[in-house]
Amino acid sequence: MAKYLLLKHYRGAPAAVNDVPMDRWTPEEISAHVQYMNDFAARLEKTGEFVDGQALAPEGSWVRYDGEGRPPVTDGPFAETKDLIAGWMIIDVDSHERAVELAGELSAAPGAGGKPIHEWLELRPFLTASPTITECTFH
Amino acid sequence: MDEVLLRSLTPSVLTVLVRRGADFAAAEDAVQDALVEAVRVWPADPPRDAKGWLIAVAWRKFLDATRADTARRRREDRLDEEPAPGPAPAVDDTLQLYFLCAHPSLTPSSAVALTLRAVGGLTTRQIARAYLVPEATMAQRISRAKRTVSGVGVSPALGAPPGRRLGEKPRARGRFDQPGDVATVLRVLYLVFNEGYSGDVDLAAEAIRLTRQLAAQVDHPEVAGLLALMLLHHARRAARTAPDGSLVPLAEQDRGRWDTESIAEGVEILQAALARDRLGEFQAQAAIAALHADAPTAEETDWVQIVEWYDELARLTDSPVVRLNRAVAVGEADGPRAGLAALAALDASLPRHTAVAAYLHERDGDLATAARLYAEAAQKAPNLAERDHLTRQAARLNARRCR
Repeated sequence: MAKYLLLKHYRGAPAAVNDVPMDRWTPEEISAHVQYMNDFAARLEKTGEFVDGQALAPEGSWVRYDGEGRPPVTDGPFAETKDLIAGWMIIDVDSHERAVELAGELSAAPGAGGKPIHEWLELRPFLTASPTITECTFH
Repeated sequence: MDEVLLRSLTPSVLTVLVRRGADFAAAEDAVQDALVEAVRVWPADPPRDAKGWLIAVAWRKFLDATRADTARRRREDRLDEEPAPGPAPAVDDTLQLYFLCAHPSLTPSSAVALTLRAVGGLTTRQIARAYLVPEATMAQRISRAKRTVSGVGVSPALGAPPGRRLGEKPRARGRFDQPGDVATVLRVLYLVFNEGYSGDVDLAAEAIRLTRQLAAQVDHPEVAGLLALMLLHHARRAARTAPDGSLVPLAEQDRGRWDTESIAEGVEILQAALARDRLGEFQAQAAIAALHADAPTAEETDWVQIVEWYDELARLTDSPVVRLNRAVAVGEADGPRAGLAALAALDASLPRHTAVAAYLHERDGDLATAARLYAEAAQKAPNLAERDHLTRQAARLNARRCR
């Protein structure tokens, strides 16, 4: 009944326990990792908790409005950007505890040596629609 | 064609199928198929007996599906022994269906989804849209929920459905007749009502419809209390948001826009329930809502009585959220200092605790603290409308202080 975003970072997250870059894994380890992620999503679909999952390219650009009649300004990518998002999964679960449990499972995806990466995932609750019965001063 | 009327027949049609011995999950699918067929066929060729038509078509769909299933599994066709479709029974007993869909073995989101489909007659797509999840996800949630309860049986009176699947845990049957289970149904309906107004299905109106249907089935003061509570809150719906979608607090609402008919109905239902002298939390909440609805202006609100009802509610539920709301009411009845004192006794990590503190400090004239707390509360707000409202409160006070 509550949606959460699981954010996976290219960088910006605290270091994982099994912190070996993916290009140093064996091809089999990469396949095992991808399989784990697919299985995880498929399992969430079956439990009726899956909403969305997407991966992002690491390279992006910055864009901003530059005044009436002018094209938007683009800039970047900035190599120094500290926080770089790799992708996300959106889940719809009954409790925060369940969201934490699932994030923990996703973080256990195998990496180098077939061992769990223990990577840090960012868990962010969605702001919801306003409930019909709000208490206090918001009735 | 009246879609709501059509959907209102869902639970009784489903109950008939289950009573005839159909497995709950298969019967539910068959009823959905029959509803789809009705939407297709009825506009051009409306039946004289809508319910009879649905029962006949649903039963045929059930037989077709079961036969196909049986043939596929190369089993003996045991359906020859099934009773022929007969007339619909005069007495409607859909109450057991409410119990089944709200069964304690289901998670809240599963119970809500199953209730909306099997009792409410909504399609999986409509439910998925209302809860902003993919249709495939909602379909899985519903079929899992059906699997979970299909071993449970609707009730001994309705006859036990055919055997459980292998590996399924045996569950106690017949527990649905215990009066305590009404509470689980009410919690599910309350969740549906409280979901708000997203999607093309009005979940609040749907919850009212289902609760009204339940109230017609079972004579229970708390069912009446929940129905009254919903009607009283629903009555304020138009006044609760400004045209730009922002929240309008109760004190600032245009009371001329409250739905007086809905309020009158809610109050009448509540009074009849309270007269039974079996108070419960929904009746107490409805009483508070009724006192607000009864005040011609915000200033004329009977806060002393509201505090008394919050005391009752705290006794009934022992909920910290109730005590938080009570602190607001105390602040209105006995002044902001008294409210702050009541608030001081509560855990500061409670949701909306900071928002209440901000409000009481503002009423107490400490605008600097209030502005700081409003901004802090906005950071913690669980929804967008509330966050924006609280941010505006902070901005309003900051602008005034800078002048």
